[in-house]
Amino acid sequence: MRIELDPTGTDAPWWVTVLAVVLAFALVGLLILLTGKDPGAVYAKMVVGAFGTSFGLTETLVKAIPLMLCGLGVSLAYRIQVWNIGAEGQFLVGAIAATAVTIYLPGLPGWLALPTMVAAGLAAGGVWGLFTALPKVLFNVNELIISLMLNYVAILGLNYVVFGPWRDPKGMNFPGTPPFTDAQSLPLFGDTRLHFGLILALVAVVLVAVFVRSTRWGYELRLIGANPEAARHAGINLNRHIVTVMLLSGGLAGVAGMAEVSGVAHKLMYGISPGYGYTAIIVAWIARLNPWGIVVSSVLFGGLIAGGYSVQSMGLPSSISSLLQGAVLFFLIAGSILGKVRVRWT
Amino acid sequence: MDLIAQLLTAAIAAGTPLLFATLGGILIERCGIIQLGTEGLMLMGAVTAAMTFLATGNLLVTVLAVLLITGFLGVLHAFLTVTLRANQIVSGLALTLFGGGLSAYLGKAITGMPLPGAVPKLNLGWLDPVPVAGAVLGHLDVFTWGSVVVVVVMSLYFYRTSWGLHLRAVGDSPATADVMGIRVQAFRYGCVIIGSMLIGLGGANLLLVFSPTWIEGMTAGRGWIAVALIIFARWNPLYALGAAYLFGFLDTLGFRLQLAGSPVPSYFLKMIPYLITIGVLILVGWRTKHKLSGSPLALGVPYIREQRF
Repeated sequence: MRIELDPTGTDAPWWVTVLAVVLAFALVGLLILLTGKDPGAVYAKMVVGAFGTSFGLTETLVKAIPLMLCGLGVSLAYRIQVWNIGAEGQFLVGAIAATAVTIYLPGLPGWLALPTMVAAGLAAGGVWGLFTALPKVLFNVNELIISLMLNYVAILGLNYVVFGPWRDPKGMNFPGTPPFTDAQSLPLFGDTRLHFGLILALVAVVLVAVFVRSTRWGYELRLIGANPEAARHAGINLNRHIVTVMLLSGGLAGVAGMAEVSGVAHKLMYGISPGYGYTAIIVAWIARLNPWGIVVSSVLFGGLIAGGYSVQSMGLPSSISSLLQGAVLFFLIAGSILGKVRVRWT
Repeated sequence: MDLIAQLLTAAIAAGTPLLFATLGGILIERCGIIQLGTEGLMLMGAVTAAMTFLATGNLLVTVLAVLLITGFLGVLHAFLTVTLRANQIVSGLALTLFGGGLSAYLGKAITGMPLPGAVPKLNLGWLDPVPVAGAVLGHLDVFTWGSVVVVVVMSLYFYRTSWGLHLRAVGDSPATADVMGIRVQAFRYGCVIIGSMLIGLGGANLLLVFSPTWIEGMTAGRGWIAVALIIFARWNPLYALGAAYLFGFLDTLGFRLQLAGSPVPSYFLKMIPYLITIGVLILVGWRTKHKLSGSPLALGVPYIREQRF
């Protein structure tokens, strides 16, 4: 048996993605079985917890919002093979910057507070993205490592402000800022916890989809993605694209951070992100970097996180959802090769 | 004298997990495969070590278990990148995410349990009269000496044996190596598996010696720092020794400044290793802008016999 590269190879068929998810659940189910639990019951509980009740469904969508924005951000970077894994840090600095607006400009009127906060999140995330892009462009530094190191810097920065200067004096030593006012909080849909960040995320999806599809900028991005060398010879300035894409990529994650503090937590607090920035990598990858696909995959993975919390009552750690995420990515890349090779029996 | 000895001891203690992980990464990348699963492999090494040692209390069994588990994960990475020729970057990321999740899942029950005195020290009493060296080298544990042995063996292997030459050929020009009759895929499998085991030992060392309690995500980015150290060490095992100890020193620097009553909040002191990593990478990038970085030439390129692409 020989495995050969198929020169006419294309993307793997859609069912490979489904198969990857199924196999990942099967593998993790085996692990659950090894720890003496019934995987069927665990998965049933997860599905009900994520999609079965209106509360669960809302939680799923609430968690899909940051995933959608961060996933959209990293997908732009991956499109031109810039490996931004710093969405987590960009998310956090966005959250910190939005909170800074509430701390230092508390009196802003309602119509101005939220736009200022969104702008602050966008700008902070974008600058954090630039910290990754500039060393890459100027000194050819590996962006993977820089963006990841910056995640740790951002987490320590968050811990500093919530344990230190911004801690709520009336918060009974809880590491968090004072709660936001109504003017500083994103409106909610009715009585649910679902907030208007969903609109922000969907608008971002539409904008990215349109821009990538129908502008010169988007065309150049697609060209770089398909063949960077050809793009360079065609006179496309690769470095300029890396900088703008990382600005946008970080900015979108920053807006996600703003939406999380303003729409869900209504304050900045310790551990504000359960790893949204890392899950977003898989969200983008499973959607094959397609903006519309990211809408679907972020809801799925939002459900995975919400479902992960719901199985804690069965004595399982919520890390089961990160385990599933890693397994999905494994099977996905193993499967993605199916479209590019053919097996020849000799 | 005492202070110097203390600092050196701390640098070696904190640097040894990094050294193992960097050496493993160098071995893997020398054969042309990008290795970004270091963080996940270290976490799996650490949790395996914690669970096995708590269950058996036997260091040898613990080390064997770590080698087995991380070696298996290495097979996985090799299968994806060498046989299936999947994207090496994404495969490494998947390994990191999967290792992080699995270690958290498995280690839930033993979180916070202390593991005292797991690793015996090699006491060299005759060194004691020598200043500094006596205090620093006289009472190191077997893991630390083991990592130094790996440095020596790997250096000799890379630069003084024909097999090492073959390995470097596989990493620089697999097509040429193939024509010379070198089995490219076999070399790559071997390097990825053994390298993954070394990285796993780094995680085990971190847990058994440096901070003997399992906590979820306890590597705190050390795996990624080790990836950066590969570049800093120019893919050379001997340079890796110096680089790892330098970073071990920086790692403990923040803690020491805090003890000394520094007015800077501890959160900023804890940023030091991450910021220095970024600084070092920028420095290396700036210096090698118009030169070769020492990177294997075929790094990241899957090899397919008789195919140009």
